[in-house]
Amino acid sequence: MINPLDLYARRRIINATGLLVSMLAMGFGLFWLCWILFTLLENGLPALNSVVFTKMTPPPGSSGGLFNAIAGSLMMSLVGTLIGTPIGILAGTYLAEFGQRGWLAPVTRFINDVLLSAPSIVIGLFVYEVYVVHVKHFSGWAGALALAIIVIPIVIRTTENMLRLVPTTLREAASALGAPQWKIVNFVTLRAARAGIITGVMLAIARISGETAPLLFTALNNQFWSSDMDSPMANLPVVIFQFAMSPYEDWQHLAWAGALLITISVLVLNILARVLFRQSATTH
Amino acid sequence: MNAENTATPKVIVKDLNFYYGDYRALQDINLNIAEKMVTAFIGPSGCGKSTLLRTFNRMYQLYPKQKATGEILLDGTNILDKKQDLNMLRAKIGMVFQKPTPFPMSIYDNIAFGVKLYENLNKSDMDERVEWALRKAALWTEAKGKLKQSGTGLSGGQQQRLCIARAIAVKPQVLLLDEPTSALDPISTAHIEKLIDELKEDFTIVIVTHNMQQAARVSDYTAYMYLGDLIEFGDTSSVFTNPKRKETEDYITGRFG
Repeated sequence: MINPLDLYARRRIINATGLLVSMLAMGFGLFWLCWILFTLLENGLPALNSVVFTKMTPPPGSSGGLFNAIAGSLMMSLVGTLIGTPIGILAGTYLAEFGQRGWLAPVTRFINDVLLSAPSIVIGLFVYEVYVVHVKHFSGWAGALALAIIVIPIVIRTTENMLRLVPTTLREAASALGAPQWKIVNFVTLRAARAGIITGVMLAIARISGETAPLLFTALNNQFWSSDMDSPMANLPVVIFQFAMSPYEDWQHLAWAGALLITISVLVLNILARVLFRQSATTH
Repeated sequence: MNAENTATPKVIVKDLNFYYGDYRALQDINLNIAEKMVTAFIGPSGCGKSTLLRTFNRMYQLYPKQKATGEILLDGTNILDKKQDLNMLRAKIGMVFQKPTPFPMSIYDNIAFGVKLYENLNKSDMDERVEWALRKAALWTEAKGKLKQSGTGLSGGQQQRLCIARAIAVKPQVLLLDEPTSALDPISTAHIEKLIDELKEDFTIVIVTHNMQQAARVSDYTAYMYLGDLIEFGDTSSVFTNPKRKETEDYITGRFG
């Protein structure tokens, strides 16, 4: 027979040990994250000035900014999102609402999972092979296409998950009124899952805004201003890649500034997504 | 086993069997639902009372593995017949669920949603219909100032009355209530029970309930079910005061279930 007091003391020790170990693990993870963020701020902030937003990427040795790269990144991310989001939402809706019968949905879901975890360089090479090789030049369209292919599986997955969170009774209630399925999906379930789906799209944008590999084989880079989606296009990740590897100090500073910009925008997108999702969670 | 009820039957259930895949959940059910009366289905969990209720509007058709055989006659027409238009059937038979299910839209749109499926009303007619339904569901005084606000912002009891308003706005003939108060507090429950009493003037009501006192309070006829069988069916006072079957007596006196 164990003394209840001993048992209690033992449980407290186990609890304290468990807590300590998990705190240490958390601290370990957080330490590197903070270090990365700190280094970024330390090197990026001094390099971040108005010139960064107004001037084009310079040749080595002269001063310049990142304006063309920022604009290029925004344009390609926007087009990529605009192509990927509708496809992703429609496919996710099919998987969650229409695909209960038959083999098409499980197969699609499996392929989507594979695509979701495919290394982005593979996607870059794929677009290079099927598009860039045929038109014989790098272009903003190719870059946007590669980004869209990254967006699609993320949006499919979140759309399906968010729709699955909508209680079945809501579908039954709409169905009991005699509503046809397309109306149930459009006006009831998609609406109930709206905040979650928008969150998913924002996380997808956050994901593509830092992608380098797929752009390296598709949009490449452009030292000058260009808003022509059919020609090579400057973009932050590839510029960072190039400038950071260069021996020129000016370029390295600009790379830091660009890295900080991307990190901040990803951070803002993530925070926005969380706030949005939390707001909707409390009103439902 | 039919009750020797004098009222006109609105719904006649004949030799109804129900299957979840291979599992037979209802066995040869026969009963009549009297017009403009309240009929209650009681019984322990898993006895098939909700399953029976859900055959009345063919809710099971959402799920590929479920099927029903036999006949359910609504005013003489077999609604289990595949040729019956499902949407028109559901215009005649409304349903309210255990958990309140307001749609993620305004209170007004919640009610207009169903009406728009069948009728093309202009703005003022629709306003009138929404007010009528909310008044019928005893929610008008609480909701009239916030018709444009989200239906999900109401309290649980109000949400359930909104769902009742939404169901009756379509002007169905039969109203199915699947444990409508089991997720509500006693005050909201009392509201809804009072409402059921008023609604039976216009609608034929079938209610599934876990709460025997509730069945005794609100219903005119009671069916006791056990393991997919209809054990006893009759007018509520005789089922509760003078049950014919031993199983019914055991259940309503709390010796079992």
